[in-house]
Amino acid sequence: MSSDADKHECSCGKGLTRRQFLTSAGAGALIVTASGHLGKDQEASAAVIKSGEETKITLLINGKQFQMLVEPRWSLLYVLREELGFTATKEGCGRGECGACTVLIDGMPRYACMTLAVEAEGVEITTVEGLMKGEDLGPVQKAFVEHDAFQCGYCTPGQIMAVEGLLRKEPDPTVGQIRQGVSGNLCRCGAYPHIIDAARRAAEMKKSGAL
Amino acid sequence: MNESERNIYYLRGIPVPETPPPGKDPAPWKKTDIVGTSIPRVDAYERVSGTARYPSDIHLPRMLYAAVLRCPHPHAEVMNVDTSAAEGMPGVRAVISGITSDTDFAWWYSKEIKTKIFDPLCRFEGEEVAAVAAETAYQAWDAVRAITVEYKVLPFIAEESKSLDSSSPLLHPNGNTAKTDKYSRGDVGAGFSEADIVLDETYRTECELHMPMELHGCVASWDNDRLTIWESAQGVYSIQSRIAEILGLPLSKVRVIGHYMGGGFGSKLQPGKYTVIAALLAKKTGRPVRLFLTREETFLAVGNRPPATMQLKAGVKKDGTLTALEFSCIATGGAYPANGTGLVDWLVRDLYLCPNVKTETKDVYINAGPSRPFRAPGHPQAAWALEQMMDALAEQIGMDPIELRLKNIPSFSQGREGNPPYTTTGLRECLSEGAKAFGWEQARKYSSGSKENGHVKRGVGVASALWFAGGGNPPSTAVVKLFSDGSVNLNMGASDIGTGTKTVMTMIVSEELGVKPEMVQIEYADTATTQYATPSGGSKTVPTEGPAVRAAALSVKQQLLSFAAADLKTDESSLTLRGDEVISMKDPLVKVKIHDVTGLKKRGVIVGVGYRGPNPERKVVNPFAAQFCEVEVNTMTGEVRIIRFLGCHDSGRVMNRLTYDNQVFGGITMGIGLAMTEARILDRDQTGKMVNRNLHDYKLPTSLDVPKEMKSLPIEKPDDTANTIGAKGLGEPVTIPTAAAVANAVYHAVDVRMMKTPITPLQLCQALEKGGKEGSK
Repeated sequence: MSSDADKHECSCGKGLTRRQFLTSAGAGALIVTASGHLGKDQEASAAVIKSGEETKITLLINGKQFQMLVEPRWSLLYVLREELGFTATKEGCGRGECGACTVLIDGMPRYACMTLAVEAEGVEITTVEGLMKGEDLGPVQKAFVEHDAFQCGYCTPGQIMAVEGLLRKEPDPTVGQIRQGVSGNLCRCGAYPHIIDAARRAAEMKKSGAL
Repeated sequence: MNESERNIYYLRGIPVPETPPPGKDPAPWKKTDIVGTSIPRVDAYERVSGTARYPSDIHLPRMLYAAVLRCPHPHAEVMNVDTSAAEGMPGVRAVISGITSDTDFAWWYSKEIKTKIFDPLCRFEGEEVAAVAAETAYQAWDAVRAITVEYKVLPFIAEESKSLDSSSPLLHPNGNTAKTDKYSRGDVGAGFSEADIVLDETYRTECELHMPMELHGCVASWDNDRLTIWESAQGVYSIQSRIAEILGLPLSKVRVIGHYMGGGFGSKLQPGKYTVIAALLAKKTGRPVRLFLTREETFLAVGNRPPATMQLKAGVKKDGTLTALEFSCIATGGAYPANGTGLVDWLVRDLYLCPNVKTETKDVYINAGPSRPFRAPGHPQAAWALEQMMDALAEQIGMDPIELRLKNIPSFSQGREGNPPYTTTGLRECLSEGAKAFGWEQARKYSSGSKENGHVKRGVGVASALWFAGGGNPPSTAVVKLFSDGSVNLNMGASDIGTGTKTVMTMIVSEELGVKPEMVQIEYADTATTQYATPSGGSKTVPTEGPAVRAAALSVKQQLLSFAAADLKTDESSLTLRGDEVISMKDPLVKVKIHDVTGLKKRGVIVGVGYRGPNPERKVVNPFAAQFCEVEVNTMTGEVRIIRFLGCHDSGRVMNRLTYDNQVFGGITMGIGLAMTEARILDRDQTGKMVNRNLHDYKLPTSLDVPKEMKSLPIEKPDDTANTIGAKGLGEPVTIPTAAAVANAVYHAVDVRMMKTPITPLQLCQALEKGGKEGSK
């Protein structure tokens, strides 16, 4: 719908835009087609793990290591919520459309529902729980409280992670960059104006070192 | 302990409102110290830290995950269900369907027509056919996919305009008309003949889906004959009564807990079949079961705002007097009686002075998911028609659209028998004060100037509204408990659906008792431990619960003063509460600390019970609104960019300005969705299936779709006749006029009328192609 003048000034926020994602996926397909022997190599290597069979992985979540058995098809979202109890990360669609499950992967906001748990080995995963210092809220969380940047609160952990990721990359974002940065996170209650205010405030708080 | 440490719970020095004698209604607040301020939500910490446990976060020991198999056809008969393969799959603990035992329970969307939890006749795509409980969600879905169903596919009808054609298949034996409602006052024929201008137009709003961010569902767990349900719900008591009725259980054996919930917008006022299915699977397996739908399922089976085609004929005199309104509407609540036309004519009947009004609405069946109430049922649809019509009439008589509205403001409800007066109406101020704050006149002139230059045109639009309900009503019970150290517990059954109910109720307790808001702990939304409340819908939670909470706090205060009077050997009417002390108004030396009051120490707690009193007789309590917006229309691409919005609302007393403004912006955002992007698309010719059942193809507004400038201007008129807190509802009026205001602004920019939602670039380009004012006819 409405075109946004600021749309193009932001190279931050999400790890990949949809366009970039499609481009890279397309390129991947091309490589497979070009090198026909790739399939054979796979056949020769370890047996394919079927759904239902579990594989051992180690995840690094909020600075702590978690070793566990997972089915290869389990999403990071499923493992976080159902296996490990990190329920701040919410499920809103399970298919990369709403952003409720946004976490940081190596500091970048990503949809946990679109990431397999087995793919998430060897990267640093941060959830809302990881922004806390003990019982104390982090600056983005505090700014969300101050500006009433939510209503029902269900999309909120995802919004907070999107803002956190944005500020790690761009400590002093413009309103346009913020709008772009949280545009992958739906809020049906429509708290966007307050979310944008909160993101600005969080940037100030982070700058002044106030935690 | 020194004085300042002791006083940590109380707002020192702030005098609390007068305590009325027992049995007497309290006087309206003259001034308030807490109510009306901007305080962050009392549960903000939980919501931003992730410690708020939503029903979908509940994880019980030995809990199973459930998934539902749904009919893929819009109309089909289930001939056979073969679950044998599914039953043998890893992790599968139970499979139920219409042919397994213990699933024969009735279900109804409204009482006229009963169906079954797994009915052999599926009348819409997405009706429940079977369900599985398994150790993991993945295994449950594996098993669902392994169930084989033999369907006899039947002809379908997916367009309400053709539902009554003789060639259309019948959904129910008595035909495809769910209901017809008629209303009339005066003589529209005479009204039209008096008019200088008569316009007759057809408008349409498309089907809109609720899409709360938390999916629909619950966790169900049995302890022998006692069922506990954690449900994402707008009211726990409404879930309890319906489930108890379906399963034939006493109310005392059904406990429903609904603390946090991730949005409902009307779609979670009642339980779903999913609630019953979860309970049945939990019973069968002897284990707790969590059943939350997928996003795709919520597009099909848990309600919508019905699509409406509305014809409106209106007559006006040159001086702006409305002479007649004639409205007819065909809408569909889907495949079952679900009130598809509920309140869709209300604004036509009630918003503007008009002696001659006739309406006829027809709700017809189609093979699509049943509607559920959606934020101000019927009203945004009617506003789309009526408010565009008001604009068109104003133009025809050469009057400013605001002036025309101001000429026709009623002080009483014409749509109701006997024309009862509104307790208060701020509609006039919403329009006039809003116009000032928006800079209406300048913006209108400036925008008109843009018509000469370039391909991007500017326009401004206004629309007003009232909401049919919003006054609240009994019953409601609240309990306030004062602990011996002076801290307070509030117990109420109502849910906080994201509107800030808990915060507002805390502020009321704080106002009355002088205790700091953070010293009030709330227990809520649990049928076993909290008091009776009706579900949060109809914009009535604050005006319903607020007076009950105030009454409960007053009862605590009365008891405390009475105990203190015994300690101080004085008359309780001479005492007042100040900070953490009860003090004599005659002699400031006569005082006692709350925690030293003997009666409180002996009893441990003081419990105050408050009830919601009746509404004023023969008066109507309604909120009013006007919204203003400015748009830019790109005439080459058909894109509309909304530059700014102003929401000007009369909802009585503003309880918390911070959450109030948030609610206004949220309503506008949802209205922008209705205006610009949201529409259920059914493949009406080939398959009857919904084709945009995901959030990529069904577009909710994002942060990039809301205007950068959003403002809220409350018209604050505490409504002391309505109830003891002076507040009216806000949650629904905020989304009623939005879409119409956008359409009016588009018209102002480019002189073409958007008769249908959503205003897509395609529709706009086609209208522009037809050209200017002719395109609007």
